[in-house]
Amino acid sequence: MSTPTTTPGYAGSPPPSPDRPAAPADVLRIDGLHVQVGDLELLTDVDLTVRRGERVGLIGESGSGKSLTALSIMGLLPESLEARGSIAVTGVGGRHTQVVGAAERELAAMRGRDVTMVFQEPMTALNPTMRVGDQVAEVMRIHHTVPDRRAAGARAVELLDKVGLPDPAEAARAYPHQLSGGQRQRVVVAIALANDPALLICDEPTTALDVTVQALVLDLIVRGVEARDAGMLFITHDLAVVASVCERVLVMYGGRVVEAGPVHDVFTTPRHRYTRGLIGASDLDLTRPDGRLYTIQGSVPSAGRFPAGCVFRNRCIHATVECESVPPWEGPGPEDGFACFHPVVVRS
Amino acid sequence: MLLRLAERTAILLVSLAVSSLLVFGFMVLLPGDPARVALGVNANDELVATLRHEYGLDRPIATQYLDWVGGLLRFDLGRSYISKAEIAPQIADRLQVSLILVAASMVIALLIAMPFGTYMAVRHQRPSGLILSAISQIGVAVPAFLAGILLITVFAVQLGWLPSGGWTPPVQDPALFAKQLILPTLSLGLVQGAVLTRYVRSAVLDVLREDYLRTARAKGLTPMRALVGHGIRNAAVPVVTVLGLQLATLLIGAVVIERVFFIPGLGSLLLDAVGNRDLIVVQDVVMVLVVAVLVVNFIVDLLYLAIDPRLRTGAR
Repeated sequence: MSTPTTTPGYAGSPPPSPDRPAAPADVLRIDGLHVQVGDLELLTDVDLTVRRGERVGLIGESGSGKSLTALSIMGLLPESLEARGSIAVTGVGGRHTQVVGAAERELAAMRGRDVTMVFQEPMTALNPTMRVGDQVAEVMRIHHTVPDRRAAGARAVELLDKVGLPDPAEAARAYPHQLSGGQRQRVVVAIALANDPALLICDEPTTALDVTVQALVLDLIVRGVEARDAGMLFITHDLAVVASVCERVLVMYGGRVVEAGPVHDVFTTPRHRYTRGLIGASDLDLTRPDGRLYTIQGSVPSAGRFPAGCVFRNRCIHATVECESVPPWEGPGPEDGFACFHPVVVRS
Repeated sequence: MLLRLAERTAILLVSLAVSSLLVFGFMVLLPGDPARVALGVNANDELVATLRHEYGLDRPIATQYLDWVGGLLRFDLGRSYISKAEIAPQIADRLQVSLILVAASMVIALLIAMPFGTYMAVRHQRPSGLILSAISQIGVAVPAFLAGILLITVFAVQLGWLPSGGWTPPVQDPALFAKQLILPTLSLGLVQGAVLTRYVRSAVLDVLREDYLRTARAKGLTPMRALVGHGIRNAAVPVVTVLGLQLATLLIGAVVIERVFFIPGLGSLLLDAVGNRDLIVVQDVVMVLVVAVLVVNFIVDLLYLAIDPRLRTGAR
């Protein structure tokens, strides 16, 4: 911690892969990301791209590796985890950061400026002993996006107003416990948008909120991202939210991307058996012949305990001997395709 | 906020009143007549009665209590049954010595505990953190007097750098005062520091797991700056609690160290008074200690309010 030149979580990573440099419009390009703890592989060969102004969804059950992907991008993996592969971020003003293997100082300069994040739990994401306005102002002070303390304070009030807090000046002086959950999440959004980032990562930003507040906060995030022409990576298990917010979607299971494509295509004609199950399970109008809701049989194995070959085969009724080897990616590219030997239908 | 302050103050005042009753009550209930103790078992009853009257012990209990409490409020603690000397100046002298000793020790303890405890928390999975943890564990196990004797052996006897004991008021000879203070302060401070280090470590460990620290990192703060900017204040509440307890216990608990280093502190005065059956001195010293503990707790409560805004409104 005291030596800023080493990044513990990324020890032993190879140098960034030179074969696929980020295209100018890409704010995030992940190539072949692996994350492991000891011999346990938690993320396997994850490819993911987000372009400027693009909103990409990342869906899957809890334990499928979504949040780990987000933390990898932020360079905030716990010390015991080791990342390999390439995470290229093109930030504000075209500044390039290769997150894997980067020095702590370089990552600190990227976080909160080029890439920002909205976390799931608004009740605990803010420092309980610091005034809300100061917490918003801090992120601008850290990256010197405002000239001085006074300007940061004024800008913080302005941001709190923009995220829809009634009486923003009063709210800036409040402590987090004096605000409701929805208001706190608005503050977190204000912090995330304060420096006009190139990429906003949202990890289940509305899951902990009241249903009535969810849509408002969601709308706030989308408008904020649109106004800045930023890229957004939206992590959730709520398929309806993805359908309304995102243009493209990636489906994760067992630490792998099992299917990817435009939201409409993936949701109407899923190809991977897991995606099919996920969509079936979220559709409350769809019932089995016996009147019960569809579910995916079994449960998500704990980290690193997924079967070899196709990670879904122990829960899949279509699995055959063939599935004991890793299914290849089928499709025009990492942004559109799937990895399944027995797909539902194959779109032309 | 004002309501909280008034509440704490009220608690302090009620506690003071109740504890004065308790201290006085225990002394009254204690078997043995101070006058007879002073005169010896063979003294004739007439003489004892005269002395009882002189001490005011023949008055009703309630009058005696009110008289004592009234004296306390005027800093008039009465006269010793044995030496007939005024008690208040004695206690003031001794209290000053104890306060200097305890305060200096706690400063040392803090200087040790803050950096080492934090380091141990940050490095809790690494060898350096584990080794420091083990060392602090040993520190907790060593009694202060043993540390004192060891320090005397090394620095006073073998190296001859520092005096092995004694006490000189700072106004009389500041240099000698400082020299004599070093070893007793170190023996108390090292041991209390080891204890405090454990608490700082666990408090910082708790804070490191908090979501808001991850938020701070996500804002672009380096791990150290995130911890200093967002962690310290949140970790302070449990540490202040322990600090208050240590301060209170040290005021009397330093007596062993006072004996080892020949320091005329409050603990020594109490021990001597108990040995001499000088009950009024015992009663006064105990009351002064109780007041000190209550005041420390009051200050700790105020610190809570200063540290954590959630406590100010009463809504948790």
